[in-house]
Amino acid sequence: MISVHLILFLAFGAVCVAGAINLLAQTHPINSALSLIAVMAALAGEYLLLGAEFLAAVQVIVYAGAIMVLFVFVIMLLNAGVEEHTKGSRVAVLFGIPGMLLGSLLVAWVVLRHSGTEAVAAGALPGAPKTIGPLLFHEFLLPFEITSILILIAIMGAVVLASKPPTSPAGGPARKVD
Amino acid sequence: MPIWLYILTSVIKSIVVLVALLTSIAYTVWLERKVVGHMQNRWGPTRVGPFGLLQPAADGLKFLFKEDLTPPHVYKPLYIAAPLIAVIFALTSIAVIPFGNSVTIFGYSIPLQVTDVNTGLLLILGVTSIGVYGVALAGWSSNNKYSLLGGLRASAQMVSYEISLGLSLVGVLIMAGSFSLREIVDSQAGHFWGFIPRWNIFHGQIIGFFCYLMAAYAETNRIPFDLPEAETELVAGYHTEYSAMKFAMFFMAEYANMITVACLATLLFLGGWHGPLFGPAILQAILPLFWFGAKIFAFLFLYIWVRGTLPRFRYDQLMAFGWKFLLPLSLANLIATAIAVAW
Amino acid sequence: MVPLSYYLVLSGFLFACGVTGFLIKRNIITIFMSIELMLNGVNLSFVAFAAHWHALAGQVFVFFVMVVAAAEAAVGLAIIIAVYRTRETLNVDQVNLLKL
Repeated sequence: MISVHLILFLAFGAVCVAGAINLLAQTHPINSALSLIAVMAALAGEYLLLGAEFLAAVQVIVYAGAIMVLFVFVIMLLNAGVEEHTKGSRVAVLFGIPGMLLGSLLVAWVVLRHSGTEAVAAGALPGAPKTIGPLLFHEFLLPFEITSILILIAIMGAVVLASKPPTSPAGGPARKVD
Repeated sequence: MPIWLYILTSVIKSIVVLVALLTSIAYTVWLERKVVGHMQNRWGPTRVGPFGLLQPAADGLKFLFKEDLTPPHVYKPLYIAAPLIAVIFALTSIAVIPFGNSVTIFGYSIPLQVTDVNTGLLLILGVTSIGVYGVALAGWSSNNKYSLLGGLRASAQMVSYEISLGLSLVGVLIMAGSFSLREIVDSQAGHFWGFIPRWNIFHGQIIGFFCYLMAAYAETNRIPFDLPEAETELVAGYHTEYSAMKFAMFFMAEYANMITVACLATLLFLGGWHGPLFGPAILQAILPLFWFGAKIFAFLFLYIWVRGTLPRFRYDQLMAFGWKFLLPLSLANLIATAIAVAW
Repeated sequence: MVPLSYYLVLSGFLFACGVTGFLIKRNIITIFMSIELMLNGVNLSFVAFAAHWHALAGQVFVFFVMVVAAAEAAVGLAIIIAVYRTRETLNVDQVNLLKL
């Protein structure tokens, strides 16, 4: 039965699928990055349909608004251009895409055949921040604190890795590939 | 309320709010030119209409008639998309801003807000995050080193100060207990000691207001944080290669962001539409809107006053200020508010 | 009403696209973006199951997945910048020697 929920799901799903295929089809990484942002925005819509409103907002703020900005910065700074086609990549495309298509069709057929029509209602999750907050700070307090330390380590690692190497003879200048 | 009526009222509200926003953008430009002019001991625009009030109309016509030149070496899809992204997301956040209490028409109570989302504040933060792309992609797609540098600087600045912006809002959230903007304003009703209104700025969030003010100046790329578009440094920054309507879109996006930030400050720190109510019932229905507008006007005047007075920061001073001073200050404000509320 | 299996099929398709991109693409940054696509597909699966079984822990887990993805993106991009600085290329096929 056609309901508004199904139409919205199909609309967001179509954007997800189109974005994912476009990510594979584009040659310049900036176009792939923009397709990925479109996928993330459509996924935020899907989360809203399931009722997880806080998660949808966090997806837009963190994933599409911060992580992808990092990606776009790096693409702009490194300015690498369109990617080349090597022999290995042609073989991978020839065998890989039909194989992956076959695999995912098989999985989809199994899933659709073996599950009933248990429906997920629109807005089924109580996803308000009021309900997630207590969970996050009571039952999941330890993972929360550990991930904060993880982010601290990641920041330090990123700063160290991306800083310029020392130009003194002791450190050794970077040698270029000719 | 039947569904067709709900859709109809939403559409009418959206159109009214958008028209009001676009007019406000035009007249904020006029206000800025007049105020900065008077601060510099000269008249602003005076010729077009009385007090230069028709100047925005003249500017709009100028932008429409200018030649829209697309340089040959730009990356066309992003070159055209970047101002669209900037403007669309600058105009979107007005959808969750409440302007007053509900009005009752024909027995239906219609809230003065296009949509009252549960997580309205998060939506505004999300829209601000996506608005960074307009700037970054404009700088890159112009294929011009000044634009690229200006775009990268502007987007790095916006991303850095977004954190302090969010954290300064969390203090208000802790005190109000909800993400919905209407509920945050409702928690600021009333007075204490009889005459001091319970606005958040008097109720303990003065440091939060200061952090929000600084972060807002940096987010909207205004003086003292406007190095990315300073004419003497970077030609014109990320909108160097844009002309006519696309440049006008960036311009509109900047002023729309200013107005959104002013609306948010009014709702979160200055008590929204609460103010002294007096007079007959019809006046009492209109006065909240008037107080809301007056507070936004005061905030915009502060913006323009700072623009006319202060010199701009150097880029490393700007980033150091954001990361080494404003972020710890917002965190300290958050912790102090949390402790105060928990007791 | 949308059956749960529709969400799972969409999530599986996104994951499959991510794996395909990881295998066929030659630009390091695009490969990294395919990893992010895989993570997003898995997130959708988590949230769909959380809605189906009314288990709020699914949402919180997605939260942690996003945080870990952020940390991984930061470090991974720093590594990519370091690799570009020494090898002057972003093509994975040319980064095939352990020592220059």
